[in-house]
Amino acid sequence: MKIRSIADLDRIKEEGLGLLYPNRTKIVVGTATCGLAAGAGEVLEAFRRAAGEGGLDAVVEESGCIGFCQMEPLVTVHRPGTPKIVYHAMTPKKAEALCRELREGRLSSAGALGEIRCETALLTGEERRFAANGGGGAGAALPDFDDLPFYRKQLKIALRNCGYIDPEDIRHYIARGGYYTLRAVLAERTPDEIIDEITKSGLRGRGGGGFPTGRKWRSCRNAPGARRYVICNADEGDPGAFMDRSLLEGDPHGMLEGMIIGAFAIGSDRGYIYVRNEYPQAVKKLMRALEECRAYGLLGADIMGSGVSFDVTINRGGGAFVCGESTALMASIEGKVGEPRAKYIHTVEQGLHNLPTCLNNVETWANVPVVMHKGAAWFASIGTEGSKGTKVFSLVGDVKHSGLIEVPMGISIREVLYDIGGGIEEGHRFKAVQTGGPSGGTILVDEKGATVRTSTPSEDGAPLGFVPESLLDLPVDFDSLTEAGSMMGSGGMIVMDEKNCMVDIARYYISFLCEESCGRCLPCREGLRQMAAILDRITSGRGEHGDIELLEELGAVVMDTSLCALGGTAANPPLSTIRYFRDEYEAHIYDKKCPAGVCKALIRFVIDPAACTGCGACRAACPVGAVKEGAALPAPVEGDPAAPRKARLLHEIEQAACIKCGACADACKFNAVRKE
Amino acid sequence: MATRTAREPAVDLAPAEGLINAYVESREATIALLQDVQKLYGYLPRPVLDLIARRLDLPRTQLYGLATFYKAFSLVPRGRHCITVCTGTTCHVKGAPHLLATLERELGCRCGETTKDGRFTLERVNCVGACARAPIVVIDEKPHGRLSPAKVIKTIERYE
Repeated sequence: MKIRSIADLDRIKEEGLGLLYPNRTKIVVGTATCGLAAGAGEVLEAFRRAAGEGGLDAVVEESGCIGFCQMEPLVTVHRPGTPKIVYHAMTPKKAEALCRELREGRLSSAGALGEIRCETALLTGEERRFAANGGGGAGAALPDFDDLPFYRKQLKIALRNCGYIDPEDIRHYIARGGYYTLRAVLAERTPDEIIDEITKSGLRGRGGGGFPTGRKWRSCRNAPGARRYVICNADEGDPGAFMDRSLLEGDPHGMLEGMIIGAFAIGSDRGYIYVRNEYPQAVKKLMRALEECRAYGLLGADIMGSGVSFDVTINRGGGAFVCGESTALMASIEGKVGEPRAKYIHTVEQGLHNLPTCLNNVETWANVPVVMHKGAAWFASIGTEGSKGTKVFSLVGDVKHSGLIEVPMGISIREVLYDIGGGIEEGHRFKAVQTGGPSGGTILVDEKGATVRTSTPSEDGAPLGFVPESLLDLPVDFDSLTEAGSMMGSGGMIVMDEKNCMVDIARYYISFLCEESCGRCLPCREGLRQMAAILDRITSGRGEHGDIELLEELGAVVMDTSLCALGGTAANPPLSTIRYFRDEYEAHIYDKKCPAGVCKALIRFVIDPAACTGCGACRAACPVGAVKEGAALPAPVEGDPAAPRKARLLHEIEQAACIKCGACADACKFNAVRKE
Repeated sequence: MATRTAREPAVDLAPAEGLINAYVESREATIALLQDVQKLYGYLPRPVLDLIARRLDLPRTQLYGLATFYKAFSLVPRGRHCITVCTGTTCHVKGAPHLLATLERELGCRCGETTKDGRFTLERVNCVGACARAPIVVIDEKPHGRLSPAKVIKTIERYE
């Protein structure tokens, strides 16, 4: 049925609320990619079996990612009249046990992260309180889920529905206030009013550039052309970033509603979503969302009876990183090889098929319905002077709690790392945070860690994609970071402790970019190849005096003489690591040592005879049989209960056979395997 | 993108005809067409590329350009199962290189190649976006997280 009025929306909303909060037990399994990687598929099957042939009276549903990827598979169990209980690290076995309990009418708190006591839909403001604990809840007192340290400082705008709704059922989205904004905008606002509202809100592009969204829309609307296009950039190529994937897998309609509003404001009847082919789940959810939108009259001709027409096509990327760049992306949509072009003519004037094109990233589009519904003033009240609203980050690496987070602009990196992320694993030391992917969020600092203001790598400061400890109090917002010579990046935050070798990381990024360079500009194509060769040399112990200087010189040339941002920022990883971790480069080149113990050619594993108990765990773990038994250990002490019963043999590693995988060190319980 | 020549089995062009007919309207969709062909045949067979070039009136070099620019395409037949090791930054620091080396050793083929028995093709990808579960290996679209060299060997045993 087609939605044409508020009454239609109300009817679907009622239906949706009935689905969100049914009168019987509801079990929701998070089946986004991170959940599936942890085994959510098998867990879902187990619950379905219990509810099917097992005869358990319960609804079993899927949802997107609620953010705490570390704890996946996450399962929410909601019995009417009690708080929702969130269980982590679910397995099919645990699922069966849980279903047994449910049949007996109780629910244990074992394996529960916390309970959701109250749910508020951001757009409707409707609050749903569940009876306090004790009302037939989990027995033992559970912490309030929203008050867990991981969630306490978060504010969810773009992620408002992720993990709370079934992304494949539009009624769930409408139940939380979805598509009301679209209806209001189409019926009551002119395109100019919409653009004004977006401009006033201070919303800026979330893909990394931070360009004011309202201004982009205005330029596109005013540009002459027979047709206008809107594009959603979901080609999230930065390794270590998964904001867009999670948004599309958890709440595709949130992005779509923003895109339809944008199309109306800009005057476009044709949209494209360019999504990475490596995200099959996101593609599937998007296809379903488009189908539903067409069925409900939210896409196609005469949307909601307004006379406005707009439709969207999904384009799957071909696995080329450079296609995240707007002009390369448009070339790829045109069916060509994804090579960027010079941007002296902006894409808002001449983009796709040389017609005015407005491209925004997934997160930007997902913010639009909220800005339009709550108003520019509300949105502008969050964040800092120049950066309004929130930003989604993927917080990963050597941090205790990793996952997807959304925080108000202006929060410090330290708060993100320590309050939300729980800090570094016990026994390890913070080394750096890498932001902005291979292009590296470029923060300029001098030797003492104070920020300086220059952006040319050859002068005082070097671009930095690695935030060292001294800069952790920097607030996360466009302007502070720009003032410090940096940029926000798309939202990947990779935390690294002392186990990470900065030379190896630089080598990693350069070989990544070397492969991904489209080959159009010679300095990028050949320069990166040379830099990769030099870094390979250094990490394999063949580094020479002068290599560091050569890297710096080459890096400056590549950055100065490449057309697009891929080449223009490509040298950031080596330049910034040289700047801040020069001693590590020197250790590799002059001492032939890798201080972090990562570069295989420069380390060897040895067994400390004083600590070895001869247990044989390392020998069993070695994939190539390089661990051999050696001399006999001293005979066990008579009467010592901890001593082994029979004499054991000391173990040794045959260096010629060793492939330096570290399996022996991981297997050893006595810390007898040492890296040298 | 693998380009190494290998014995190509005989190719049935009938299903490709159907795909091409669906796309003949729009030049824009060439990449989507190639993706569908790749999905159908597991790679881009040369006779099919020739057919597309004729039917869409495109130079063959243009198709070859697309097929070799985008990593999703392969010009040689692939194994029954595709093992994709994620080598995103997080997976890299959490041990993806060890997983890749283990798989290369265990399968007896290099990354980008197919095992002699045609059971597996080994590939890598720059990030599947499930970094909190690093290191990840995707087998036939199913992601497996937090793998160790020992676990990955056990995991691939399940695929015949």
